[in-house]
Amino acid sequence: MHKLGLIIKREYLAKVRNKSFVVMTFLSPILMVGMVLLIAYLTKINDNERQVVGVLNESDYFTNDFVGSEGTSYLHFNSISLEAAKDSAAGLGYVGLLHIPNRANLEELAAQSFFYTKDVPSTNILDKIEGVFEDRLRLNRLQELGVSAQDFATMENRFELKTATFKGQKNLKGINEIKAFIGGAFGYLIMMFIIIYGGFVMRSVIEEKTSRIIEVIISSVKPFHLMLGKIIGTSLAGVTQFAIWIVSASLLMLVAFSIFDIDPSALSATSDITNGMTGEMAPQVPTLDKTMQLYAQELYDIPWAMLLTFFVIYFILGYLIYSSIYAAIGAAVDSETDTQQFIFPIILPLMLAIYVGFFSVFSNPHGPIAVGFSLFPLTSPIVMLMRLPGGIGEGGVPIWQVLTSIILLIVTFVGIVWLAAKIYRVGILMYGKKPTYRELWKWLKY
Amino acid sequence: MNNILVTKEVTKQYGKHLALNKVSLEIPKNSIYGLLGPNGAGKTTLIRIINQITFPDSGEVFFDGEPLKAEHISKIGYLPEERGLYKKMKVGEQALYLAQLKGLSKADANKRLKYWFDRLEIGDWWNKKVQELSKGMAQKIQFIVTVLHEPKLLIFDEPFSGFDPINANIIKDEILLLKEKGASIIFSTHRMESVEELCEYIALLNNSEKILDGKLSDIKKAYKNNIYQIGLEVAHGEALLKELSNKFEISLAKFDAAEGQLDFTLQLPSNDSKEMLAYLSSKANINRFVETIPSANEIFIKNIQDKEVNA
Repeated sequence: MHKLGLIIKREYLAKVRNKSFVVMTFLSPILMVGMVLLIAYLTKINDNERQVVGVLNESDYFTNDFVGSEGTSYLHFNSISLEAAKDSAAGLGYVGLLHIPNRANLEELAAQSFFYTKDVPSTNILDKIEGVFEDRLRLNRLQELGVSAQDFATMENRFELKTATFKGQKNLKGINEIKAFIGGAFGYLIMMFIIIYGGFVMRSVIEEKTSRIIEVIISSVKPFHLMLGKIIGTSLAGVTQFAIWIVSASLLMLVAFSIFDIDPSALSATSDITNGMTGEMAPQVPTLDKTMQLYAQELYDIPWAMLLTFFVIYFILGYLIYSSIYAAIGAAVDSETDTQQFIFPIILPLMLAIYVGFFSVFSNPHGPIAVGFSLFPLTSPIVMLMRLPGGIGEGGVPIWQVLTSIILLIVTFVGIVWLAAKIYRVGILMYGKKPTYRELWKWLKY
Repeated sequence: MNNILVTKEVTKQYGKHLALNKVSLEIPKNSIYGLLGPNGAGKTTLIRIINQITFPDSGEVFFDGEPLKAEHISKIGYLPEERGLYKKMKVGEQALYLAQLKGLSKADANKRLKYWFDRLEIGDWWNKKVQELSKGMAQKIQFIVTVLHEPKLLIFDEPFSGFDPINANIIKDEILLLKEKGASIIFSTHRMESVEELCEYIALLNNSEKILDGKLSDIKKAYKNNIYQIGLEVAHGEALLKELSNKFEISLAKFDAAEGQLDFTLQLPSNDSKEMLAYLSSKANINRFVETIPSANEIFIKNIQDKEVNA
């Protein structure tokens, strides 16, 4: 145990003192903040640009309908020919010219209206103009049917089916996606961590082989301890790096926002899916504030403590499994160029987990695919975490599934570490051979 | 218990390849024991088994009378043939780390390292990175790390490779000094001249089997074949040579008529040389009569070749 501590300490310090590690650790947050600021800045510029649409209205309709709105304004041409209007719209740099001919019949008029632009018009503009036409046409038809606008407005109330669990817990639409997204963020974090720090473990093993120190070390400690120490030491370095990133990025963010005077809440409204979704739904739901409150309540009610606990559990188990495979690969090869054929099969389940997570778990967190992948040990750390924000037990992930996945993960962990340690033990003393899978199979039996 | 290490019928198989076949050795305490054999004979496998890096399929190993176990690791110092250091780590820090892995406390390791660094005159390397050192310099540090925890048994696998002759001599003297202080040493090498110089006992491995072991002087006695180098002062050398060659096998004969000096080697049927001496002294002045003792190298080559002929 004492020796394991020594190894962990050495591996940790070797990683942390590495120049590229230091540079990466302190440069990344700056780059990241820089990127966010750039995006925020560009969005702001984009928003500030007003698009002007020229309107040549020869009819009696639509006299007051085309008024400026956010980002778009309308400029009315009067008593000039269509050609002249087109020319001046183009000359003034307008996005387009809307031509409404003079017809008595509104339907006919609408059918013969044209929107002239230099290039293909953006859907954004088209939607706005079409919306005006649609509203006017609807009103027209209602009048023909003898329905007043007020009466129609009462009908306009959209129906929203309320849902609840059998136990009477209120459900909210979209909350599943939000929850899966939060879980997905955790899962994604695990995947990134495995790929980055697993790679570090692998390179560190290769380095010990190429520098030929390996036999000196394993004459003092068991290869298994060396492997374990390396994995733990490297991951602690990784945790350090992540912690520094989170702290410094949030500090930088704060400083940057105060300098550039950007309102963080405005930014998050455009970038954050959570708010984006509620925003989209808001106009359709009459009791907006109440719903928002419910969403807030739901998010607040996500069992964060439980989620973090399981994040740590799945993170540790998943990382140990994968990084011991990485260590075994490092032991099997002589140089990093030989690793490709072995790395792909490791990345595959990780990618699969992320894709399955985003495609299947989002839409149906408790469907058979989601359940299957959240039990399968190589994907469960990621997929299960996407399901867990819905809670455990009633209305969430059944307890047996969580337990089964953790047990399977532990069994796999023991099995894989055992296998990896065998390959590692043989591999670190093998030089000059480019190993094949068949070779590795043979090593298991040594 | 006069043996520091005993192996009994140690067998190790790698897949279809038999790396060691029932190898039994007895390595006496406080001796230098040469483990010899061509490449691929199984020396490294045996050494790795002693260091518990790999484990035998069958057979037993005893360290100082006890079955080999994990605690013995701290009583063994091993300098592998494939050796290196962490390139980016500082010399002193690295030596401390390796010493602590062998079970020394940090303070203790520090004290001993200072002693050894002064002794080998490398004190000013402490804060250098290994990648700044030459190969020979790195080897010195590896040597220090191997012996630092004062193990009862030291195993050196090709210890002199990478050293220039001056440093090789320094290391050789240190090895002899360690033996004087009571350590037992296993010495694996191809360099036969260092075997002659250092080893009291040897074992010869070939094709995964032990083909010869014992005290080097005994082995040499067993392998001498009564060949004598003879130098005579005689007027009529040719006649004497002709007479002798009728009865004995003679080689490398040379007669210098001007000086009256005859040199040759001659094989006697037994190790009884009295008769021959009497006969020669009646014919000439003997200025040389030396029995040829085979060198370790000759024994080595002879054994390996015999095996190949038989195989």
